[in-house]
Amino acid sequence: MSRLLTLRIVVVLTVLFGVNYVTWRWLFSVNWAAWWIAVPLIIAETYSLIDVGLFGMTVWRAGTRKAPGAPPVGATVDVLITTYNEPISLVMDTARAAKRITYPHRTWILDDGARPEMRAAAEAEGIGYVMRGDEWLDRPRHAKAGNLNNALALTEGEFLLILDADQIPRPNILDNTLGYFADDRVALVQTPQVFSNVPANDPLGSQAPLFYGPIQQGKDGWGAAFFCGSNALLRREALMQLGIVGYVRAVDHSIGEALRGATRVLRKTRSHPAARNPAVAAALDEVTAAVAEARAQVTRNAPLAEVTYELHRRVDAATASIVALDLASMESDLRDIRALAVAGDPDSAHTDYVVDLKSVSTLLSTRELSPLNALEAVQRMLASISMDRPGEAQPVMPLATISVTEDMATSMRLHGLGWQSVYHHELLADGLAPEDMGTMLTQRLRWGQGTMQVFLRENPLSQRDMSVPQRLMYFATMWSYLSGFAAVVYFAAPVVYLVFGVLPVTTLAFDFFARFIPFMVLNQLLFLVAARGVPTWRGQQYSLALFPVWIKACTTAFNNVVLGKPLGFAVTPKTRQESTGPRWGLIAPQLVVMVFLVVAIVVGSIRVVYFDADLLATGVNLAWAVFDLVVLSVLFQAIRYKGYQPEETRQE
Amino acid sequence: MKFRTEIIDSNVAVIHGDGRLNMVSAPTLREVVGDVIAAGQNRVVVNLSGVEFMDSSGLGSLVGCLKRARQAGGDLRISAPTAQVAMVLQLSNLDRVLITVESAHTAYTD
Repeated sequence: MSRLLTLRIVVVLTVLFGVNYVTWRWLFSVNWAAWWIAVPLIIAETYSLIDVGLFGMTVWRAGTRKAPGAPPVGATVDVLITTYNEPISLVMDTARAAKRITYPHRTWILDDGARPEMRAAAEAEGIGYVMRGDEWLDRPRHAKAGNLNNALALTEGEFLLILDADQIPRPNILDNTLGYFADDRVALVQTPQVFSNVPANDPLGSQAPLFYGPIQQGKDGWGAAFFCGSNALLRREALMQLGIVGYVRAVDHSIGEALRGATRVLRKTRSHPAARNPAVAAALDEVTAAVAEARAQVTRNAPLAEVTYELHRRVDAATASIVALDLASMESDLRDIRALAVAGDPDSAHTDYVVDLKSVSTLLSTRELSPLNALEAVQRMLASISMDRPGEAQPVMPLATISVTEDMATSMRLHGLGWQSVYHHELLADGLAPEDMGTMLTQRLRWGQGTMQVFLRENPLSQRDMSVPQRLMYFATMWSYLSGFAAVVYFAAPVVYLVFGVLPVTTLAFDFFARFIPFMVLNQLLFLVAARGVPTWRGQQYSLALFPVWIKACTTAFNNVVLGKPLGFAVTPKTRQESTGPRWGLIAPQLVVMVFLVVAIVVGSIRVVYFDADLLATGVNLAWAVFDLVVLSVLFQAIRYKGYQPEETRQE
Repeated sequence: MKFRTEIIDSNVAVIHGDGRLNMVSAPTLREVVGDVIAAGQNRVVVNLSGVEFMDSSGLGSLVGCLKRARQAGGDLRISAPTAQVAMVLQLSNLDRVLITVESAHTAYTD
């Protein structure tokens, strides 16, 4: 029996038993009297069932791809290494390895830190160096996406290999992957991210064997392999198309908005005192007519460039008419002044002037000096009707900037445009993982925040240009980031029973175990079969143990997208943070939960021995509380982890 | 834009402007100067040190005010124009008509 068939059987059984269990829970065993714990628990269980269902769907198609053909001859490739604040030596290690890639290419360091030492080191070894130009000053920088977009405008290779500064490529990385691009529809080839500085017990849960394995292979099977930011090849043409589609959409939207706003602004300006001046009123009439005409043309789908050009031309003419009236009245005043001077005092020193008002009329009619600018709302409105996205450094931005995880947002848009992606399951770069808890937590928070930003800004379920399975593949990853809320319930429920004797289910009799245990066992079996024996327990632990991080990711992303508050974004440091000892403060919420669980175990034991508490229910909840503690115990080894010691130095 | 009037040396009216002398504020300047002259002060100084920007309407109002002062037998001078205002005055040769003085106190010592 093939591995995939076994896996599919386990998937079907897990989902069947899961649906059976959760349905029975909803219909027959929710303790409605204790709804405050019973309802959260059944919702958390339903969440987990959906999570397992989406995982099952993903791995349903987790096959292995055939090796691609030979790389095309003469393709041009740029290798782009992104850096912000990593040590120069680390970046140079990666850059030297990139230079050694056998397929012909050019190597570039994209230094968002604009460090002169970095430039000197790169140039000394003939490696290209790119930093942001002045156009980025005082404009949104868009983090890594902005760094890459900046470099895209300055390089020209047909294909781009994107590398984080701490991902050291192997020489065959291009030879083994470029072949996929023989298919003109392929825009992305993602390879795994595996870390070489992680001990076998992986205390920080750095390795993601499930993700860079059955999950990506499964997503690939459904035509939705994700871009993960590094160790990936991209087709420039596809990115440019993405940038142009985005530009057109943004301009279309901003001009539509600006013109609607313009009508409002002009109506309000009518009551401005300056509008009592007939010349100003006439100019406003003209601008109003021009805006109305522009709106009508936009509705008729006239080219936006022409519409805005014509609008600004008419506004300029209206401006010039105000200036002309001002100058005419000045000329008349000056004639009177001269007549007065001549009549009063023929010797006056100030009468021999030659005033050249014509020469200033052009200056006074420029957009900067336009009298209409006095009506500030009108000025802002006119400036916003622009084709060149004045608020952005680059009008065309190929990599998506809607999220701090630009990779996921970008691949979703590529799929939306009909491009295809490939997950190539072969280790072609050796990465360096964070070596301390603080850095690891920052990194996980950023992933969670970015994923939830995409979820809230461009919900995959409503992206009609993607197939339904593609949408579900993106949704599955986003759904998994909600696990923090479920974790809280899974920690609270046994505490509530052991301390207060309140049970969220109405029975713990045979009915319960007969449904729950097969589901639980199948669930674990599914992970085991899907991962082909690679341990996944670390990942399962962290998906529960990091609950404060996942919850913070959700709330900050919500505040950012819906309420417009800043994320408090932090770049993941690539070197170990020096510290004097374990930073217990980082896991304070989990420590509190552990204290609650221990207290609950003690209280529960006392209750069953001295106060006649239900033996079965206490036993189940004690086991549950112990399981929770085992899950959380990963944090102790994580926080005491002192960084990677290679084998030979450890034996010294 | 705000204007503040100050009488110095018993017969010179100094008008301090603050902000942008443009289509919106120019009529106000004309009013303020008109009131000062109507009250009998025909030697006027407009202090432009606080005026960061001037458009054609602002320029027109200065010339209009000069005419009012001359008609009343007095004069109007300006002091301390900022860069953009000085440039507009210079390019139009109006600096020959609107006399710039160092300070309001020495404006009418000749």
